[in-house]
Amino acid sequence: MLGRLSLEALPLDVPILVGTFIGVAIVGIAVLGLITYYGKWGYLWKEWLISVDHKRLAVMYVVLALVALFRGFADAIMMRTQLALAYNGNPGYLPPHHYDQIFSAHGTIMIFFLAMAFMTGLFNLVVPLQIGARDVAFPFLNNFSFWMTAVGFILVNVSLFIGEFSQCGWLAYPPLSEAQFSPGVGVDYYLVALQIAGVGTLLTGVNFFVTIIKMRAPGMGLMKMPVFTWTALCASILIMVAFPVLTVALALLGLDRYLGMHFFTNDGGGNQMLYLSLIWSWGHPEVYILILPAFGVFSEVVPAFSRKPLFGYTAMVYATCAILVLSLVVWVHHFFTMGAGPDVNAFFGIMTMIISIPTGVKLFNWMLTIYKGRVEYHSTMYWAIGFMITFTIGGMTGVMMAIPAADFVLHNSLFLIAHFHNVIIGGVYFGYVCGMNFWFPKAFGFKLNETWGKAAFWFWCIGFYFAFTPLYVLGFEGMTRRMNHYSNPDWYPWLLVAEVGAVMILLGIVCQLTQLYVSIRDRNLPQNVDVTGDPWDARALEWSTSSPPPVYNFAIIPHVHELDAFYHNKENGIDTRSAGGPYAPVHMPKNTSAGIFCGLFSLILGFALVWHIWWAAALGLVGLIATVIARSADKDIDYYIPAEEVARIENEHSRKLMAQAAE
Amino acid sequence: MKNRKMAWAGRSAGLASLLWLGGCSSLDVLDPKGPVGDQLKSLIVESTVAMLIVVIPTIILTCVFAWHYRASNTKAEYLKDWDHSSKLEALMWAVPIVIILFLGVITYQTSHSLDPYRPLETSQNTKPLRVEVVALDWKWLFIYPEQGVATVNQLAVPVNTPIDFRITSDSVMNAFFIPRLGSMIYAMAGMQTQLHLMASEPGDYLGESANYSGRGFSDMHFRTLAMPADQFQEWVEKVRASSDTLDDSSYVRLAQPSEANPVAYYAHVTPDLFDQIVAKYNNGMIMDKTTGKMIHVQSAMSDMNTKE
Repeated sequence: MLGRLSLEALPLDVPILVGTFIGVAIVGIAVLGLITYYGKWGYLWKEWLISVDHKRLAVMYVVLALVALFRGFADAIMMRTQLALAYNGNPGYLPPHHYDQIFSAHGTIMIFFLAMAFMTGLFNLVVPLQIGARDVAFPFLNNFSFWMTAVGFILVNVSLFIGEFSQCGWLAYPPLSEAQFSPGVGVDYYLVALQIAGVGTLLTGVNFFVTIIKMRAPGMGLMKMPVFTWTALCASILIMVAFPVLTVALALLGLDRYLGMHFFTNDGGGNQMLYLSLIWSWGHPEVYILILPAFGVFSEVVPAFSRKPLFGYTAMVYATCAILVLSLVVWVHHFFTMGAGPDVNAFFGIMTMIISIPTGVKLFNWMLTIYKGRVEYHSTMYWAIGFMITFTIGGMTGVMMAIPAADFVLHNSLFLIAHFHNVIIGGVYFGYVCGMNFWFPKAFGFKLNETWGKAAFWFWCIGFYFAFTPLYVLGFEGMTRRMNHYSNPDWYPWLLVAEVGAVMILLGIVCQLTQLYVSIRDRNLPQNVDVTGDPWDARALEWSTSSPPPVYNFAIIPHVHELDAFYHNKENGIDTRSAGGPYAPVHMPKNTSAGIFCGLFSLILGFALVWHIWWAAALGLVGLIATVIARSADKDIDYYIPAEEVARIENEHSRKLMAQAAE
Repeated sequence: MKNRKMAWAGRSAGLASLLWLGGCSSLDVLDPKGPVGDQLKSLIVESTVAMLIVVIPTIILTCVFAWHYRASNTKAEYLKDWDHSSKLEALMWAVPIVIILFLGVITYQTSHSLDPYRPLETSQNTKPLRVEVVALDWKWLFIYPEQGVATVNQLAVPVNTPIDFRITSDSVMNAFFIPRLGSMIYAMAGMQTQLHLMASEPGDYLGESANYSGRGFSDMHFRTLAMPADQFQEWVEKVRASSDTLDDSSYVRLAQPSEANPVAYYAHVTPDLFDQIVAKYNNGMIMDKTTGKMIHVQSAMSDMNTKE
């Protein structure tokens, strides 16, 4: 009846997990209780959970990302603490069974549910506004994608309390991840969660690709697109190219595990290196999917706060496209140590290094944007400059590892860990947080607190150097990744320093949460309210509408003549909003609960697959397909906002603008 | 207390010397004890210096620009609409291209000269010592086919003698790595990889698995004892004096998963054991690396274990 599921699946013998469960349960009950107490269920359902509005989905994605950050970071600091203790005979407090799950979950969560969700959140908030569109091309798919991502994350977290998570690292290399060596449910949770979330990501890629290609405002040629939109376009293309490969790789591993096939097994003609090749042909483009939008954020922020246009826009666009292409032909550098032979290794090594050319050009572009500007030290600029310095170092260590011969001593060591955290934290995370500080007023109509924002930066930045510089040294000292305990006295002090760094990063996260709390508390203070919709005197179209924008974004779609369209209009006294009309009725998509029901059935399907509860899996699958068919047959999916309503909303905003100008 | 402080000072000095990419005794990779490691070290130093030529000025200029052009410094020049300069753009493409050209050449050369499959050349044309390595759950088996002995979790090698490793796994993937000697290479079931290393100084070096392989991974390390040739002969005699032998049945027992396995010596080992381990995943076939042809390995074990 319940497949492999029994009471033994509950980890009642692990006090850390029981404690975590009690904590999560208390917080969960408190949140649910508060929603009930304030009678907000209807509001939450109608305005958020079933919303197809890209701005609402953006907020939900970022909330998901922050929850994932919390979980992923808890894993991180537990690992660092284990290694600060487990020295010279001391086993530490995490036995391998638990520790191995933690590092596997840490990587999986940070990449798929922090970084990807944060990125998708920024896409959702910014891209339609930047190109002068009223929504994305497929609003329902957008909501559906969100729920697929959320269900993936829920499944990863369910594994914490029911059963176990994968103990095979974040990419689950076979043959370790095969049923022969990992008979438990951990790898199944991993496979199912990523397959479900992967559907969401792939459709997000399709959605934004079509949106950017088809829905730009009149006059916005490709070379007049803001750089963030360019990076979103390139990332979407990479998603469409790479994610199907991930789906196939995980599906084949799933066939091995569920149906006893032999794609990657040791015997029966399987070959584990095929999996490595497949997973990295997704995995390497994946890191560029993450970093390109971060480059896009900096390309918006640095000009805005240097009070100058971006230096070398064309070079920036070509560099982005070059990275897009090159990122597809470098994946073998993840396994030079396979013994592929010098020509293969040299080819992939050199291709990898070539990526540093367009990346270097980008850095010089931002540098020359600052050059002869008027740099305003907003917190976003802290993140941007912190990024430029940190990422340069990370890029350098990356090129070192791209030399196959050097990789033969650095591969899989803590040097590698230091390198990719250097680019993922110093590049991706700094970029997304920078973007969050930049665009927050656009989403909510008030600014984030600067003092706490800057404090968060300092803790994160200094904490990063404390946490990861020691890992570079440890790599040279021969310490490999994923160790649970060790006895080398030379390693111990560096791991203590790294623990201090992790604590500083924790303080950085606390500052970020405080920043959110203080900003929401003080949201009505006049200096925090964003009346104009353009709090930074910035350059692209998203700043031309109100903050938060009306549901239709633009009452009258702006015409674009120049790059930095909004700035150009401001300079020439052109009203981008065309205030006063005449207004026409606006055609908008209707909210739908189909997405959340698809999510619910996917959750049932996924959980049932993990535990081999076949009747429930059938139920989930049938429910999922039925929901999709019902949704497809639904003709009542759109509505018109009458012209009078549009005029009312727009005139009210105009009144506020005039009142602000009169002060 | 004072000792601990001294140790700390020593380690800080280690960091300082790392910054200069010099050597420090605790930095295994940057203080190698063999020719492969030596070349890798100079490759790392050379490429880092080449990149620092751009990286350091970039970081300094970023800081200088960011500070000099701060909004409060109204004396600084402000070019409100300046966004293009052909000269600067040419320069910013050219500089990274030159560096990468240089590194690309080094990469191509060292990919060949430091190919782990390439036999080492020594001045005296010393005959290499053959060692066959099998990664097991969670220990390393070393077979000395010429000496007819085997050990677990201890590798002894004569100094100044090239070591010709053939490596496989009878379980999941691992990576065979002795940081002080140089390159690592994967150990994969049903496949054989090759590695050529040499120790130039006697010593006791850490060997480990550099690829996570499951529960017992953290204890999957071994000591590498590099010793003069005569001592190595004595060591072989010591192994030969062991009462244990490694045949098909004792191998099956050894291959069972175990953690933190103690060192074990085997006075005698079944000939072709390594080939049998590789072949049992390939229907009893193994590739002859010299001819590239598949040959059949006769063994009881391959029939027993093909369908595991």
